[in-house]
Amino acid sequence: MQGTGETLPQLHIGGLHVGYGRRRIIEALDLPALEGGTVTALIGPNAAGKTTLLRALAGLVPAKGSIRLDDVELTGLSVAGHARHVTYMPQALPQRVALTVFEATLSALMSSRGGALSTADAHARALDALARLGISDLAMRGLDELSGGQRQLASLAQSIVREPAVLLLDEPTSALDIHHQLRVMQLVAELARERSIIVVIVLHDIAQAARYAQRVVVLQNGAVAADGTPEAAITPETLARVYRVEARVERCSHGFLQVIVDRAV
Amino acid sequence: MSELSPHAQELAAYARLVRRRVAIVAGLGALMLVALLFDIATGPSNLPLGDVVTGILHPAALDAPARVIIWDVRLPYALMAVLVGAALALAGAEMQTILNNPLASPFTLGVSSAASFGAALALVLGVGLPLLPADWNLPAFAFLFAFGSVLLLQSLAGLRGTGVETLVLFGIALVFTFNALVALVQFVASQEALQQLVFWSMGSLSRASWGKLGVLGLVTLAVVPFSLKASWRMTALRLGEDRARSFGISVARLRFFSLLRVSLLAATSVAFVGTIGFIGLVAPHIARLLVGEDHRFFLPASMLAGAVIMSLASVASKTLVPGALLPVGIVTALIGVPFFMALIFSRRERL
Ligand SMILES: Nc1ncnc2c1ncn2[C@@H]1O[C@H](COP(=O)(O)OP(=O)(O)OP(=O)(O)O)[C@@H](O)[C@H]1O
Ligand SMILES: [Mg+2]
Repeated sequence: MQGTGETLPQLHIGGLHVGYGRRRIIEALDLPALEGGTVTALIGPNAAGKTTLLRALAGLVPAKGSIRLDDVELTGLSVAGHARHVTYMPQALPQRVALTVFEATLSALMSSRGGALSTADAHARALDALARLGISDLAMRGLDELSGGQRQLASLAQSIVREPAVLLLDEPTSALDIHHQLRVMQLVAELARERSIIVVIVLHDIAQAARYAQRVVVLQNGAVAADGTPEAAITPETLARVYRVEARVERCSHGFLQVIVDRAV
Repeated sequence: MSELSPHAQELAAYARLVRRRVAIVAGLGALMLVALLFDIATGPSNLPLGDVVTGILHPAALDAPARVIIWDVRLPYALMAVLVGAALALAGAEMQTILNNPLASPFTLGVSSAASFGAALALVLGVGLPLLPADWNLPAFAFLFAFGSVLLLQSLAGLRGTGVETLVLFGIALVFTFNALVALVQFVASQEALQQLVFWSMGSLSRASWGKLGVLGLVTLAVVPFSLKASWRMTALRLGEDRARSFGISVARLRFFSLLRVSLLAATSVAFVGTIGFIGLVAPHIARLLVGEDHRFFLPASMLAGAVIMSLASVASKTLVPGALLPVGIVTALIGVPFFMALIFSRRERL
């Protein structure tokens, strides 16, 4: 990965303050640089501020402090400026939309391409994205006639098709069966490596975070409760403190971290 | 053959889909022309369809009375119907998208109520604008109030940096406010002014003239290219506000300029023909059922659907009660609802 000789992009987050109106959610958050080519899992209990942090990184909520991609300061950039570097996949899926999967994917490119991309190229890229997610056969189906999981895959397609430098995914696997969960996680890891993308992915499945992410950030009440390799960040003590559960962290016969929750306290 | 392009199959399927949508839009256009001809040919004085066509193509070939009927009455009425239908439908379609609300129409935000209030002031208080011919006074007032109400809404919304729900709520508050004000004016109005006001608020094409047609035509012509230019952005907005913004779309800007277009279209239409409900609400739904929400097709289809309904309503307003010209605002719903229901049920079977 590092062998290419190219320097990998880095995202620096320093002194970040985010809130809604008067309500402060994240205060003075610092994170050691997130590096291109790696997947960072963001975990934490409900209302910890995971979505808020991702939306701030995407420029969707006003934030004070610094979000720097290499030497580009992202805070203060316009919506369009932000979107050139960062793409965010929202947690909520749109309802009652009379668009096909292909049209929705296409709109991710056509609505802001600034004349740089030809229509034929946009079509090809949209179909490539669907093919990578294994949903080519859904291309001409309406979003409204899909199952929840299929809809989530379609939503993911709208994000990866933009080929951003920073890919922010908010619980992209919450509606998927185990086959598709693994498929998506593998794809995300592949994309990160292939294109040196900085991926931040919110997950509730801790074992999956441990297995596919190189780094795990645990968020609690808008602050970082743990940060490091899966082994370092996911410990019984952290889980007890953050999730209020009694849990064991063990390795399965293949050597992957597993979390066994004994009881909520 | 499919080895040349890895996506040949999907691309072919999409090409078919696009062709089908183009065909549907073209079909709506043809339907509109038929309805328009019908509308021109209908009226109290019996003119055969052949005479009407001759009269339009070679005005000199007809005798003077027939010429007057066709050129001064039938044509401006019929064209006004088509134009108002298209303008209100476009306004409704844009509103439903930018407010993410399938119940939005020029009525939701109080545009029509504001126009009614303006009209009421002009009629009842007899206030006039300087430098304006007398029969333009009422439309001018209606327009100013309608347009002003949307500007007020915009500034309120901008002030609080608020979301869509708040915008809709502000609009509904405006509806109630203006309705109350209209009632107040009606309360003090004379019998004659009251009657005029009631008639105005029912919507009628009988106030059409070439001058007004020209104004509405110019406004529509000026607005449509901007609407179409925004069509991909509006399509993306259907996927959600966060999603659209992360595509690089400035949703606030999109919404501001779209509302500006909506207010121009709705205010001008309402000013010339009075309140005509239903079209702005239902034409977009018909278009959505027919071509989906890719706005490159959805917006034109909405306009054409609106034009067809309005044109048929105009025919009905002349024929439902023999010898009487019903206010077209009353008829639009009567014509539109069966059309709409038929479409909904025919779609349901396919699911
Ligand atoms: N639009 C908003 N306005 C005001 N407060 C908000 C808004 N969105 C979220 N919050 C608050 O911010 C806090 C963090 O919410 P956030 O959505 O970031 O949590 P999360 O970690 O993503 O939770 P979950 O796992 O449930 O998705 C919560 O207390 C929530 O109530
Ligand atoms: Mg969340």
